Formats: sequence, structure tokens, C-alpha cells
Amino acid sequence: MTQALFGQLLVGLINGSFYALLSLGLAIIFGLLDVVNFAHGAQYMLGAYLAWMGLTWLGIGYWVALFAAPAAVGILGMAVERLLLRRLRGLDNLYGLLLTFGLALAVEGLFRQGFGISGNSYPVPAQLTGAKNLGFMVLPIYRAWVVVASLVVCFSSWLVIEKTRLGAYLRAGTENPRMLQAFGVNVPLMFTVTYGFGAALAAFAGVMAAPVYQVTPTMGSQVIIVVFAVVVIGGMGSILGAIVTGLGLGLLEGAAKFFWPEISGTVVFIAMALVLLLRPAGLFGRQR
Amino acid sequence: MNRIHLSKLSLALLAALPLAGQAAGVSDGVVKVGVLTDMTGAYSDLAGPGSVAAAQMAAEDFGGKVLGKPIVVISADHQNKPDVASNVARRWFDEEQVDVVADLVSSSTALAVMPVAAAKKRITLLSGPGSDPITGDRCTPYNVHYTYDTYSMAHGTGSAVVQQGGKSWFFITADYVFGRTLEEDTASVVRAAGGKVLGAVRAPFPTADFSSYLLQAQSSGAQIVGLANAGADTVNSIKQAHEFGLTPKQSLAGLLVFISDIHSLGLEAAQGLYLTTAFYWDRDDESRKWSQRFYARTKKMPTMVHAGVYSEVMHYLQAVKAAGTDDADAVMKKMRETPVNDFFAKNARIGPDGLLRHDMYLARVKAPKDSKKPWDYYQILKTIPPDQAFPPLSASKCPLVKK
Amino acid sequence: MTVRARAVLGYGLLVGIGLAAPFLVYPVFAMNVLCLALFASAFNLLLGYAGLLSFGHAAFLGAAAYAAGYVTREWGLPTEAGLLAGVAVGAGLGLGFGALAIRRSGIYFAMITLGFAQLVYFLAIEIPWTGGEDGFQGIPRGKLLGVLNLDRPLVMYYFVYAIFLAAFWLIQRTIASPFGHVLRAIRENEPRALSLGYEVSRYKLTAFVLSAALSGLAGALRAFVNQFAALPDLYWHTSGNVVLMTLLGGMGTVTGPSVGALLVGVLENYLAGLGSWVTVITGTVFVLCVLSFRRGIVGEVRALVKRSF
Repeated sequence: MTQALFGQLLVGLINGSFYALLSLGLAIIFGLLDVVNFAHGAQYMLGAYLAWMGLTWLGIGYWVALFAAPAAVGILGMAVERLLLRRLRGLDNLYGLLLTFGLALAVEGLFRQGFGISGNSYPVPAQLTGAKNLGFMVLPIYRAWVVVASLVVCFSSWLVIEKTRLGAYLRAGTENPRMLQAFGVNVPLMFTVTYGFGAALAAFAGVMAAPVYQVTPTMGSQVIIVVFAVVVIGGMGSILGAIVTGLGLGLLEGAAKFFWPEISGTVVFIAMALVLLLRPAGLFGRQR
Repeated sequence: MNRIHLSKLSLALLAALPLAGQAAGVSDGVVKVGVLTDMTGAYSDLAGPGSVAAAQMAAEDFGGKVLGKPIVVISADHQNKPDVASNVARRWFDEEQVDVVADLVSSSTALAVMPVAAAKKRITLLSGPGSDPITGDRCTPYNVHYTYDTYSMAHGTGSAVVQQGGKSWFFITADYVFGRTLEEDTASVVRAAGGKVLGAVRAPFPTADFSSYLLQAQSSGAQIVGLANAGADTVNSIKQAHEFGLTPKQSLAGLLVFISDIHSLGLEAAQGLYLTTAFYWDRDDESRKWSQRFYARTKKMPTMVHAGVYSEVMHYLQAVKAAGTDDADAVMKKMRETPVNDFFAKNARIGPDGLLRHDMYLARVKAPKDSKKPWDYYQILKTIPPDQAFPPLSASKCPLVKK
Repeated sequence: MTVRARAVLGYGLLVGIGLAAPFLVYPVFAMNVLCLALFASAFNLLLGYAGLLSFGHAAFLGAAAYAAGYVTREWGLPTEAGLLAGVAVGAGLGLGFGALAIRRSGIYFAMITLGFAQLVYFLAIEIPWTGGEDGFQGIPRGKLLGVLNLDRPLVMYYFVYAIFLAAFWLIQRTIASPFGHVLRAIRENEPRALSLGYEVSRYKLTAFVLSAALSGLAGALRAFVNQFAALPDLYWHTSGNVVLMTLLGGMGTVTGPSVGALLVGVLENYLAGLGSWVTVITGTVFVLCVLSFRRGIVGEVRALVKRSF
């Protein structure tokens, strides 16, 4: 019984690391640009599809894709910020949400037109195939890699933002962009790069997800709503908060799947309601 | 209004044509088949554009004309939205003289269009949907349910797999009516055939990550893990079962799997899966011949839904010809009287509930090394005769069935 | 033109087009557009006047449709009771979600409502009587006041139209009322409204519940028009669509949402053959609206009229 629960929690942690990666990207973009990136799901899907296209059409393997796909999506993201999002600065931040929502729809529609709905299968890279019997459960090696890699990426992002000069600019930009501009920092460029980085994080999660889930045009829109709920629960004020909440909710889902599988799809939203009731600003958030 | 329209037209035809007596049978100078399907959504690969192509093939193979009048195939995308489906159907019936609606994949759209068609005396030929109420309490006299229903999937796979030695079962069930019906039906068949059900877990629908349910299935130790789900859920659960090393120690039984799913999964992940199908392209010479033509046109091998659409449209056109009219009552009567005999079904008949009872096949997905050519995916293990595959009329909930 | 004159003009146009509609287009299609127009107008009350972007309005539309269907098909209650049930369910859900969601504002509000709507969607899938993917089929249209047979398309159309006009009038009155002015004051400057002594959250909640109740009315009406309730009504795409209708037509204008609903309805129905290009077009229209067309069609026309006179 406890062994089985432990297995479920471990599986929950794996999902939680996807949530953490995605909500981290959202939090970084939101922190600086004040934009809720609804296209985050689409960028995640793009990452997975670029990996698949690379492998199927060009023979580019997983390890290259793990860097190339996020880079490509990051550049695309920078173009989106530079050409579209920038025009909305100074307007109500709802417009940013609506713009990225429209983008997400358009991209999803294009991929549905191009690839159909059933999607495509991406193989687990040869170095990470197989599974290890831990006694209480069989753990596929690839899943273990997902947890490790996500944690490394999440915490190094956090370190960069909290401990480096670049991160200090970023945090200052969040507080007062005009002041930062006065100090001679190229703030518009920083906005562009930040959005690109957030998009790249989403694409990275997408490549990580490709061997686990079927690569389909709708994979992004399915996950993004849950991630939004994660972000509401955690509060978008803090980077660490986003990571910890993501992992925590994965664990919560895992526990739900064990004790009461029927509600496991909705447990995140129930948690969201409870948090709003008890701590409206979110677990780690500041009221804004 | 239709009547007036009809008589006016036939008067006009009487004046214009020497052979008017025969031609008056076609109401408006054209026999129009409307393929209403999901062109881009969740079912677009198993039905969608392939269904449209299949209907066009049928019209062409029939010679493009019936009773001297052209056969026209039109299509629309219902986007899986029942309101869109019923709106399009109404427009088709009233403004575009559509005589028959084919495919109607997804049960919500089918159930929404069936009463509209019945009220206007037009025929619906369903190939894509599988829900039991279609030929149960929501049946109509102008509907034919052609390819499969949930009962046939559950009963076919359940009993045949137990006979093959798969005695102990565990279910991973999509937690909604469809999934629960599949699970309950299959479980009762498994028990009746002498098998055991060790447990079941209900996964919310839709789910992307099945790992925790697979772990529960794994620890149950059941020989067979029944997947009472469909579409993306099935694909993800099969893929992850492979990843977690569930297979080949335990075998999966998919309760609603199409060849398009297997194609997107790949044989490496799908091998060893049991499934029931109404059609497999490589089953015999006739099916191969038709499927190669379908492939030449669409670059995909047909799913059972595609084959069903071709066969049902063909059966309809033959009935129009035999009845000498496109009047729905007369055509339905002919379609019921005449057994279907083609590459899709042999000696199959449409019951008063609208269900076509035909052979189903238990198949097993091949291992990659056994697959000799593209799309060589299934090994057919067993033919399931109609009386075992489909529900008996005596148990029908359809009010049209006289008991 | 004064506000009043504009409203009269807008009203006149709507009434005229509405009366003629069933003879110009398919009645069921016209009825669906009316329901969507009512839905979008109710949504606009919240977005356009209170400045609250809800991404979860599908929940009210869809849940009300199921409720209306349930009480009429299963309990045999008359159509009027079905509509009331829809309104009640919309209002009840609105009160529950609203009370929690207004604790946060702006984009948080949008994400929270989205989350709650998804919760309702999941519940509707799991509850046995909704029929899951089959939908809740065979809802009777019934007889109005026990006399008028609503199965006749024109009778049904004018019934829907009368309800639409009444609801539209109610919305218009609300906007013009002191309550509406306070809402706008909150939208423009919440801290100021607060310091003036208004109980901001009570105003927001009232607007939210009103909007949800009217969305529920639209949903219940739609259930009778189509004679079924189904899952797509509850899906977040529907929530996105109503945002698009409002944005395209012109948020914060009285007639804008109806214009937007008409356009989106036409797009969905007549371009159905284009498949997922419809999604691509929808998304692109969204982007274009946000970038360079923020006032929407009615808003732009109004600005043009203002400039030329």
C-alpha cells in the first residue's frame, strides 16, 4: 500500500516537473513584460513538433533537438515580442493575453491542418530506453531523466535570476523599467530576450515531453489551462514559487490518482479554489 | 412543400423527356450524398477527408449516375459540434436537396442529426459513431448504423480474447458514459466466458499521462489490460504501457482502436495489442483490391470507417436503383430487404433497429519484425459471427423493434 | 448624436433585422445567432463596462443548457421552467465562481474563471446523466404558456427573438443606470472608486452574477433551439469565442457584441468546409483586432461618425 503510494508520488513528481518548467517560463515573462503568455502551450507544442520534424525529415536526433528546438522557438518568440507584443505596451495587460490567445489558436489550427489530429510518435532516445525495477515500481529511465533535467534547468534559471547581474537587471526591470532605462540598460532588448527565453523554456519542455506523450497539435492547449491554475495557486510574484508549486501540484495529483482517481483531473482546480479562499494572493504571491 | 416541388418537377420532366415515367422517381433531378464528418478535429484521421474520398469512390464506381440522374457527393465539416452538424443538415435538406447524409462520426453529432433527418424523411448512414443509443432508445426509421457499435467492440474483444487464453483482466477506463459502458459490457462478457476481472481504475477524460493507472494495472498482475477509452487516450495509454514495461508481460486489449491509431503509434509501441475491427485492408483479395485503390487516392490505408462509408453509399445507390426512386421509404425498404454483399460485409442485413449486423474480426498487432510491408499491421486471429458480435434484436431498446 | 439617440438607432436596426431574419436566412441558424448575440451582450456587460475579462463564460452557457434540458426532459416541466432553471443555474454558478474570482483582478481573474470553467467541463463529462460525449439529446421544445407550439420554426424564432429583445433591453438599462456608471468608474480607476466609498467588490460581484445569469438564459434558450445540450458549449473554445465576438463587434458598445456574434456565427457555419483554417482565421482575426482594431466594428464606425459630424 505505502509502496504503491510512493510509486504514484514519484510519477506525480514527473508530471510536476513539466508543470514547473512551464510555469517558470510563464512567471519569467509575466514578471518582466506583464503579459500572460497564452501562447505558452503552443510554444510547448512547437518544441515537440520541431523535435519530431528534425528526426523524421532531417535525421536530427534527440540530443541536438533538445537545444536546437528551444533555440528556434526562442528566436520565433523574440520575433513575436518585437513585432506584435511590443505594440501593446502601455495598454491594459488584458490585450497581451488576448493577442497570445489568438496566436495560440492560429498556430494550433495550422498544425492541425498540416499534421492531422492523431499526431505522431517520437521514440525514446536510445541512451535512455528501458526501465529500472525499483522494487515498488518500474521506473522508465527516460522519466527519471525528465525529473533530473527539469530540476537542473529550473534551478539554474532561478540561480541566474537571483544571483547574477543579468538577473538583477531583470528584477529591477520588473519593479521599475523606466528607472532601469535611465541607468543605460537597453530595456526593450531585455524584454525581447526575456520573452524569447520564456518561449524557449516552453519548447524545452515540449522536447522533453515528445517521447512521453503523443506529439499532437492539441497537446499544448490541454496542458496550458492546468499550468494557469498552477500559476494562480503559486502566485506569479516569485520564480521559486512557480517551481515549487509546479512540483507540489504534481505530487498532489499523484496522491489523488492513488486515493481517488476520479477527481485527479480536477484536483488542481479544487486546490485553486481553496487557495483563493484562504490566501487570495497565492502561496508565494504578492497582491497586485 | 416538398411534395409540391416534386410534382412540379416531375411535370416538367414529363414534358421534357420521352422516358419520363422512370425518371420521375428521382425527386429533383439529382441524387445527392452529403458526407458530414469531422474534417480536422479528433476524428479527422479515422473518418474525415478519407470518408469523403470513400463516398466519391462509391459514386464513381456506380458510374456517376443512377436512374439516369447524376450522383453528386458534397461534404462539410461539423467540427464535432452537434449544433453545427444539425444546422448543416437542415440547410442540406431544405436548400440543397441532399437525399442522404453519410458518416456522421462522433455520436453527439449523429444523435443530433438523426431526428432532423427523420422528420424530413431523409436517410442517415452512420459509419463513424459507435454509441449504443443510436440503435437503442434514440433509433429512427430512416437510419442505418453500418460499421460498428460499442457492444460489438466490447463483446468481440471480450469473448474472443478469453477464448485465446486471456483469462484475467484489469480495466483502465475513461471516466465518462462511453468508457464506463465499454468497461461494463466487456467485463460481463469476460465473466460469462469464464474469465476473471481483477479490478478497474477510472481515469478522467481526457488524460495525457496514464502512468499512475498503468502502475495500478501492473500491480494487479492481470494477463490482459483492457483499455476502455478511445482516440488520444488510447494512443497515450498504449505508448506509455510500452514505456513502463507493461507489455509484453501483460497484453493490452484496445476496446476501440482504429488502424490510424496504430499507424501514428508505430508497431514498436503497439505490438501485441488485441483489438476488434470491422475491416482490415489486408484480410483478403477483395479488401486488398479496394484498399489499394483507396490508398492510391489518399496515400493512407482505409480505416473501418472509410470502408464502411464506401459500402453504405454503394448499398444506398443500389437500393435507389432497385426501388426506381429516391423516396426515402422505398429506399429504406429495399436497403433492408437486400443483404449487403461486398468487400466489406458478406450476407449482412439491416435490422429494424437500423443496425447492420455483420462479421467482426479479432486482430492482434504484429511485432515490427513480422511486418513485411507498409501498413502490414494486423494479424487476424478470428472471425466473430454477427450473432456474437452484435446485440440480439430481442434485447433492443429501440421502440421500432416489434417483439 | 446623443447617447439616447444612438441607442434608439441601434435598437431600431436590431429590431428591423431581427424581424426579417427568418425569411432571409435559415430560422434555426438565425436563432443560434440570437442566442450567441445574447451571450456576447451578457459577456460585454462584464468586459466592456466592468473591465473584467472572464475566460470561463462557457460554463454558464453550457451548464444552463444541461439544466434546462434536464428539468424539461426528465421532470416534464414546461419550457418556461426550463428557462428559469437555466437562469438560476447560471446565476448560482456565477455567484460561486464570482465570489472567489473577484478576489483577484486583471489577468488573474481571467485565469481563475478559465480554471473554474474547466472544472465544470470535467464534471459534465463525468456525471452519468449528461450522456458524456453523446450529449444530452432529445430536449422537447414544448408549448409556450401551454398554447403556442414551439416546434413550429417561426413560432420558436419569434419566441427567441422576444426574449432576446427583453434581455437586451435589460442589459441596456443596466448600462445606463447609476449602477452602470459606478461599474465604469471602477473600470477606469478602481482605487478612486474605492476611496469614494463604493463597495467595489459588491459591484463587481453583482455585475458578474448578472452577466452569468443572462449567459445562462442564452444557454437555456439554445438548448431549446437545438434540442440538445452538448460538451462543446462548455469547452474553453466557447469562452474564447465569446471574447472574440465582443472584441470584434466592439467591446463597451451596446450593439457591438451582437454584430460580432453574427460575424462569428456566419464564419463558423458557412466556412465549415474550410476545416481547421477556420481556427487559423479566428486566431488571426483575434490578433488583428488586438493590434489595430481595438474598438471593434461598431466602435470604429462610431468614431468615424463622430469625426465626420
